[in-house]
Amino acid sequence: MNIGQYFIEAIESLTSNKLRSGLTILGIVIGVAAVISMMAIGQGAQNSISSSINNIGTNVLFISSGNRNQNVHISNPKPLLLSDVTALSDTSQVPDVVYVTASLRINGNVSAEGQTTSTEVMGVSPAYATVRNLAVADGEFLTEANVTSRSAVAVIGSDVATNLFNTTQDLVGKTIRIQGQQFKVIGVLESKGGGGFGSQDNQILIPITTAQSRLTHRGTANEVDQILVSAVSADKTDAATAEVTAILRSRHKLADGAADDFTILSQSDLLSTASSITGTLTLFLGGVGGISLLVGGIGIMNIMLVSVTERTREIGLRKALGARRRDIRIQFLMESLLLSLLGGAIGVLLAWGISAIIAQVASSSGTAINPVISINAVLLATLFSAAVGLFFGLYPANRASNLQPVEALRAE
Amino acid sequence: MMDTSVIEATDLKKVYKMGEIEVNALAGVSFDVKKGEVVAIMGPSGSGKSTLMNILGCLDRPTDGEYILDGEPVAKLKDDQLAEIRNRKVGFVFQSFNLLARSTALDNVELPLRYAGASGKVRRERARAALEAVGLTDRMDHKPTELSGGQQQRVAIARALVNDPAILMADEPTGNLDSKSGKEIMELLLKLNQERGTTLIIVTHDPAIAAHTQRVIHLSDGRLEYLQ
Repeated sequence: MNIGQYFIEAIESLTSNKLRSGLTILGIVIGVAAVISMMAIGQGAQNSISSSINNIGTNVLFISSGNRNQNVHISNPKPLLLSDVTALSDTSQVPDVVYVTASLRINGNVSAEGQTTSTEVMGVSPAYATVRNLAVADGEFLTEANVTSRSAVAVIGSDVATNLFNTTQDLVGKTIRIQGQQFKVIGVLESKGGGGFGSQDNQILIPITTAQSRLTHRGTANEVDQILVSAVSADKTDAATAEVTAILRSRHKLADGAADDFTILSQSDLLSTASSITGTLTLFLGGVGGISLLVGGIGIMNIMLVSVTERTREIGLRKALGARRRDIRIQFLMESLLLSLLGGAIGVLLAWGISAIIAQVASSSGTAINPVISINAVLLATLFSAAVGLFFGLYPANRASNLQPVEALRAE
Repeated sequence: MMDTSVIEATDLKKVYKMGEIEVNALAGVSFDVKKGEVVAIMGPSGSGKSTLMNILGCLDRPTDGEYILDGEPVAKLKDDQLAEIRNRKVGFVFQSFNLLARSTALDNVELPLRYAGASGKVRRERARAALEAVGLTDRMDHKPTELSGGQQQRVAIARALVNDPAILMADEPTGNLDSKSGKEIMELLLKLNQERGTTLIIVTHDPAIAAHTQRVIHLSDGRLEYLQ
């Protein structure tokens, strides 16, 4: 027999028991749809995180105290100080750095007009707006004068404005309380939207000196949590990193060969960290889908075994008429292959539908995840489902092909 | 040509092992069948006639002894080689017809030709000719469930003849039929034997059927009791 005849016979056999074939296919449909849609969602999440990291700006470096390398242990890392910020602002020492700013995170609830909200309060310097690419929708940003005079003023994010005042309009001059102390609102930030990770809309910015002197925080009076610098351009980040490292090492009086007691992260570092996390996530989600595909494959094997038992007499007859072992084996393998490939094809369509629905749900809940069905995932799932069909069909098919004609013909 | 032996069986033995006990289903059977002969194999149940039929039809191998079918020694062939021999040289007609329920009469008759590797055109032509020979020209596209018992057995006979086999093995061919259709089927088998010269071997316990044959092989306890 040629392949076309095996194919036609398999179709006839499968359509003669439509309900059973349909249910068997369903197992593969769910498996393939799970694999593809999970991988699509993982890929979508990865893209969403990558784009929010890209929004940070390609030339920003984040400097924090302590060495993040797990293999290096620094017992008493020197804290980062405002004087470090001043030193890094000397353009003759760091020619590849244009803007330097620092931030200090403050804990505590924020309240206004009887409303309380939990948000991130950051003490920052005016250059922060430039480095983080923030714009003010209403009012103005913090000024050098605010920093020098330790003013009790605040610039609030649009989400904070909505939470406290139910509006983002006409809020300049209003009073909010941070750790019980009064601050005057001088500006409202423009909404950046989206961005699942450290939303820039849900923060309050106050002068860093005010944060250090008037609010309680970790560390000593002059300390900052993070220094942010902007390199002249994206391709100068390595040079800027080297310059910053040299200055901080000399200020921290580190001996040659001693490990850094600070960490400099660039956007590309963040990207690679994030993509390794989301890559693991995608793999995990795909693995969960893979398990359901495996279960679907076992379903195929089960049905094919039942089918072999039911059709023992037919197998005996075919052998009596001259079917070789190979003929019987191909006949049954063709059936399981068709089941799994059909299931795979429907599964790809279903995954496409699921991804579209997830995209809708995600965007309506404010998190922009665009699931990406890659051609690789489709090919992988198709190949995998075909392999599942062949693998789980092989045992029943061999069992059928090894039946002895005399005994098979005797079966009821 | 009538003198050519199509079956030469020499000292055929078949031993089944059932646990510790060995059962001698055939204890040394020898006989010849000439080309074009009509032979009946008779004997009570347990006499070994099914075993003999399976071996003569190449569905099974003898434990010992020599069997030459249409000039080819087949006693020691492997499974797939036996399958090819069955395909080319043996036609089977079973008591319960054994047609594929989801296929038409024509497709059922074509099946041995598919395993022979014949092209679609050749298969159609030969299957139609075989169905015409058994008088089912107008029922080719019917499925077995749409046919009477006698008609189903005719389809099975057409299927057995389509590859032009050396021997036609009929195992109680009228066992599931009423007496009228049974008679018609026997007449058809004998007519085909005369027209085509196909050697016909009928396994039966019905003396009325055996009476139509030229020779009767009686088996008892795995031995040839007598040739009639």
